[in-house]
Amino acid sequence: MRTHRRYRRTVAALTGSAVLALLASACTGTNSAGGTDDSASGKDVTITFWHGWSQDNETRAIQAEADAFQKLHPNIHVKVVGNIADDKSEQALRAGGSDAPDVVSSFATDNVGKFCSAKVWTDLTPQLKKDGIDPARTFPAAMLRYSRFEGSQCSLPLLGDAYGLYYNKTAFAAAGITAPPRTFSEFDADAVKLTAADGDGYKQLGFMPTYHGYESTPSHFLGQYGAGYFGADGKSDIATDPRVTAMYTWQKNLIGKLGGFDRLEKYRSGFGDEFSAKNPFQTGQVAMSIDGEWRTASLAEAKPSFDWATAPFPVPDDQADTYGRGYQTGTIIGIARTSRKQSAAWEFVKYLTTDTDAVVTFANAIHNVPSTVEALNSPKLDADPNFRTFVDIAKNPNSSTTPASINGGAYQLSMQNLGYAYESGKQADLAAGLAATAKEIDAAVNQAK
Amino acid sequence: MAVATTAVPAALRRKRRRERARTLAFLSPWLIGFGFFFAYPLVSTVYFSFMRYDGFAAPTFTGLKNWDYVFNHYPFFWQGLRNTLWLVVVMVALRVTFGLGIGLLITKLKTGVGFFRTAFYLPYLAPPVAATMAFAFLLNPGTGPVDHLLGELGLPQPGWFTDPSWSKPALTMLAMWGVGDLMVIFMAALLDVPREQYEAAELDGAGPWQKFRYVTFPNISPIVMFAVVTGVIQTMQYYTQAIVAGKVASGVIGGSGQQFEPGYPHGSTWTLPQMVYNLGFQRFDTGSACVVALVLFAISMAFTSLLLRRRSGFLPESQDGE
Repeated sequence: MRTHRRYRRTVAALTGSAVLALLASACTGTNSAGGTDDSASGKDVTITFWHGWSQDNETRAIQAEADAFQKLHPNIHVKVVGNIADDKSEQALRAGGSDAPDVVSSFATDNVGKFCSAKVWTDLTPQLKKDGIDPARTFPAAMLRYSRFEGSQCSLPLLGDAYGLYYNKTAFAAAGITAPPRTFSEFDADAVKLTAADGDGYKQLGFMPTYHGYESTPSHFLGQYGAGYFGADGKSDIATDPRVTAMYTWQKNLIGKLGGFDRLEKYRSGFGDEFSAKNPFQTGQVAMSIDGEWRTASLAEAKPSFDWATAPFPVPDDQADTYGRGYQTGTIIGIARTSRKQSAAWEFVKYLTTDTDAVVTFANAIHNVPSTVEALNSPKLDADPNFRTFVDIAKNPNSSTTPASINGGAYQLSMQNLGYAYESGKQADLAAGLAATAKEIDAAVNQAK
Repeated sequence: MAVATTAVPAALRRKRRRERARTLAFLSPWLIGFGFFFAYPLVSTVYFSFMRYDGFAAPTFTGLKNWDYVFNHYPFFWQGLRNTLWLVVVMVALRVTFGLGIGLLITKLKTGVGFFRTAFYLPYLAPPVAATMAFAFLLNPGTGPVDHLLGELGLPQPGWFTDPSWSKPALTMLAMWGVGDLMVIFMAALLDVPREQYEAAELDGAGPWQKFRYVTFPNISPIVMFAVVTGVIQTMQYYTQAIVAGKVASGVIGGSGQQFEPGYPHGSTWTLPQMVYNLGFQRFDTGSACVVALVLFAISMAFTSLLLRRRSGFLPESQDGE
């Protein structure tokens, strides 16, 4: 019996060690607040800047920005560290300490709510006021919206992304289409015209509407409707907002017009990677796609065998006057609360985000949309008409974004899941699905508070 | 006399104390590791499961709120639990059966043992991420060679990682492909079974099945139990293959306005460890992540206790009921 007990104890220890890695996630502490430095009085200060860019042209461009800043501020030295994933910088900010970054940029605008509410990033409102910078006049409205949360301006936009329509001009001409669609009814008709069946598959598909079709997500489509996601009381309003119902309905109907969910999904599963030369728009597998401004650079480099152009993505027929709008997101930058070099860090952040020449130079270098009103109107900005489409979308006052939430993008995930269930027919009753999803979102937000 | 009787126990006590100190000294590396890497995290996990903690601000007590959220409001918990249990039951059973079967076949071979042993073992050495991506490519319903071949043969072409009813079987196939670890262990056990027992069974007229049932299996049952227990523990931690397969098949890179959805397709590959990541690092809800980690711990303990109680631990069948 003793032998048996010993074996069982051994196994208990073995089993326990199995979850060790998971349990270790609990071993975290809290960081402490940072402090100011003497950079204003000319003392040498070195700040550390973490960013997520990894491509050669991107890292060169951001280093050039830091070099240009140091010429203006000889006593502030910037140590630039690239290719930092959001997870890693979050861990560093949790831990704090002398090795943690002073300035951090992130591609995940969805996390602004958490960074602001938990005070991980410094609220920049006092610095903006001190330097006479009015955020509402400096930054486009949508970009300002995704960089703040509940009154805290804990981040600033550092270049943006705008979403529009890419279309195959050669295929348009072959189908007798003379201009890009402006409304969803025109878009649906064009998508059908551009679709050529090939047995159970397609020779060419007009548009891939399923929510896994890369950038064809509920949030991106809802940007064309101007949905707000949350009501004034902070609760999800997706069950009562007719624009949300309209979007899910439109997308599902389009799936039906293009051959049905199963057929489209089988075709989609043969697509190459989104960020590769095998992107389905670049290969001609789809004739239209919703995508960000960065694709202009990829297409210019790939030189596909067809002519292509860009336009704003269409809008619902009953909102035809808002044509020109689009979904916007981007990169955000902030100062770690734990940084002991707040003054120097602010000078650097201010330069990167508000200096028109710096913003324009950086935008041109990495083919992103500039993130200040002045930079968007700068004559030095890339003049390529296909890129200019996205600049205009960013300037459009009707363009919108997904708002910051205390639990990151969890509400978008809930809406995506509803979308997957509805488009596949698993969820037949849209109203009931929206009501349940709104409840799920509210419970998750409540849990995070 | 009285002096002698008190002096001896005192000397004994000193000796025992020295022995205890020596034992503790030898055990100390393990004890320190156990304390830092198991006991402390375990206590912390229990503590944080009752706290609101986002990893940034100081934790605050919330009572049973996290437990209520995970069990009653977190939309993926029950589905993820079902998926995890499905994998534990089906994947572990098939891996053990397949590993044992391959081991049996190879030990029976007269020639080419080295070749087959290497051929079946090599996939186990493939990094999980690379192996999963290769499987996602091979099983791609649109461009993969497997479905192409099935189509040529006039057979149904499943959606594999894109079809919720086929995603877990596809992951199980991947796990069976990498069964080399179990095969090697079973081969060692099978070669260790005394030959004379087979000869005696043959003299008694035993056929292949009877020889396996009454000779082979009783001898290797501790190894089978070891394979099952470690398989259950590994499968309870199933994370990498599920998340990579879902990510590759869904095509979602993830970013603002485009959330990566663990569990693709339709939540069919959600597992409990993915929830720990989702809650703790995507939703900044360390408290709820700890609840899921504790559920995982409890289920692992329950499974292994049940298995060992039924099979009397790692002892051969002949010593059962000792």
